[in-house]
Amino acid sequence: MEEPGSEAKHQGAEGKILKTPLYDAHVRCGGRIVPFAGYLLPVQYRGVIAEHMAVREACGLFDVSHMGEVVYEGPDALANLQRTMTNDFSGMAPGRVRYSLMCNEDGGAVDDLVVCKHGEEKYLVVVNAANRSKDVEWMRRHAFGDVTIRDISDDVAQVALQGPRSRAVLSRVVPPEGIPERYYTFVDGAEIRGARCLVSRTGYTGELGYEIYMGNGDAMRVWEALMEAGADLGLVPAGLGARDTLRLEAGMPLYGHEMDEGVTPFEAGLGFGVSMEKGGFVGRAALEKGAPERLRVGLRITGRGIARGGEAVYLGGDVVGRVTSGTHCPYLGRPAAMAMLASAHTAEGTELEVDVRGRRVSAEVCALPFYKRQR
Amino acid sequence: MYFPKDVSYSRTHEWVRMADGNTARVGITDYAQHELGDLVFVNLPEVGDEAIMGERIADVESVKAVSDIFSPLSGRISAVNGAILDAPELLNSDPYGAWLFEVRGVTEHEDLMGAEDYERFCEKGE
Repeated sequence: MEEPGSEAKHQGAEGKILKTPLYDAHVRCGGRIVPFAGYLLPVQYRGVIAEHMAVREACGLFDVSHMGEVVYEGPDALANLQRTMTNDFSGMAPGRVRYSLMCNEDGGAVDDLVVCKHGEEKYLVVVNAANRSKDVEWMRRHAFGDVTIRDISDDVAQVALQGPRSRAVLSRVVPPEGIPERYYTFVDGAEIRGARCLVSRTGYTGELGYEIYMGNGDAMRVWEALMEAGADLGLVPAGLGARDTLRLEAGMPLYGHEMDEGVTPFEAGLGFGVSMEKGGFVGRAALEKGAPERLRVGLRITGRGIARGGEAVYLGGDVVGRVTSGTHCPYLGRPAAMAMLASAHTAEGTELEVDVRGRRVSAEVCALPFYKRQR
Repeated sequence: MYFPKDVSYSRTHEWVRMADGNTARVGITDYAQHELGDLVFVNLPEVGDEAIMGERIADVESVKAVSDIFSPLSGRISAVNGAILDAPELLNSDPYGAWLFEVRGVTEHEDLMGAEDYERFCEKGE
């Protein structure tokens, strides 16, 4: 048996490995700690499958303090977002959250992110941990007018409470006015055991769920309050392993897999995060050029095997694309993968083969997501 | 962690249970299944394949990653455990019962460890 691949590639550009404020809780809960995006985080506690199923059927609590948080503030905050990001934030009401990409001049994704609007002159941008330094540099390089761009990631902790019972858990520690009612909205200033939190109804699992932001010093109190509140509702701590299988089963893209600086939002199937109507923005000219030549698709694995990221996809003798991520989906009980394929071969039902470490395994293009929750 | 005394252990975390002088069954150890996490897929050799000491003979996959299984001995594959193809989780729940393959006509094998030596080997985290 060979040990699974090194996680070294996930280390931050700075090379130093940090602990989140919840590190001691992870160790106490039996978390298996790995370096990820410059932080020591639990890849699993009891087991990826058990944690995955808990999130689908009850709820799970994730430490996502590694995520980056950047504040845009000033009279030109909106104009800067409009120029640097692909989505349109102009008609957005305070308390709303919007998904967007940030593109380079070639239309490639610098990152994917969400923007939370505090007020007309203040927005919170949440970015991928591994891209944080690059993103902040990019944002500042493109800044203009009267705006300050502050990277507050080092002061902010974040937990994700996800699963059908997450509202029930949250309502035990937060008064009703502190719980955002609609998807992609947030409440700032919700109190959990005296800690001031921003609670948003967002997530990365395909379930009902909340992402809760707070100062580092409050993180442990909030974590413990939620764990206690959820103890009899089936709440379990969940690690990076389940976070990845949950997002994949829900057909959600992961930066560095389904997209990178050489992949456009349209290729990645993220056109809903791009507004071509709002006027000029970085990358727009490149994105105006015709239909994409390749597209992200779902693959149903019809043969025996688990397709993994990087593996070639064949139509007969021709390579027509590559797998971007793949795993065994615990809730569906079968493997699934996402792939970037030449557009001509992306019709649902197209029969293909994946080269799974030298073995051809049959697969079929299918609709995304693989799993959709029943509302 | 469980280290039964009726099997021998390889440095790559396979166990070997000799049936007689030249037939052996091979599986993965409790330490291995614990390190790998929930196993969801197994790829086994076919009966009649040649097993070569130190070479890749099978693989097991967790939700996160694929891991190669190396044959701790040389010989001919005489049986594979079909039950684990449909239920790879048996490797987690019963690692010393859920064997992977059987080798007959064993011509050579690695320097295998006894239970106590292997337990110390694992404690060193290798």
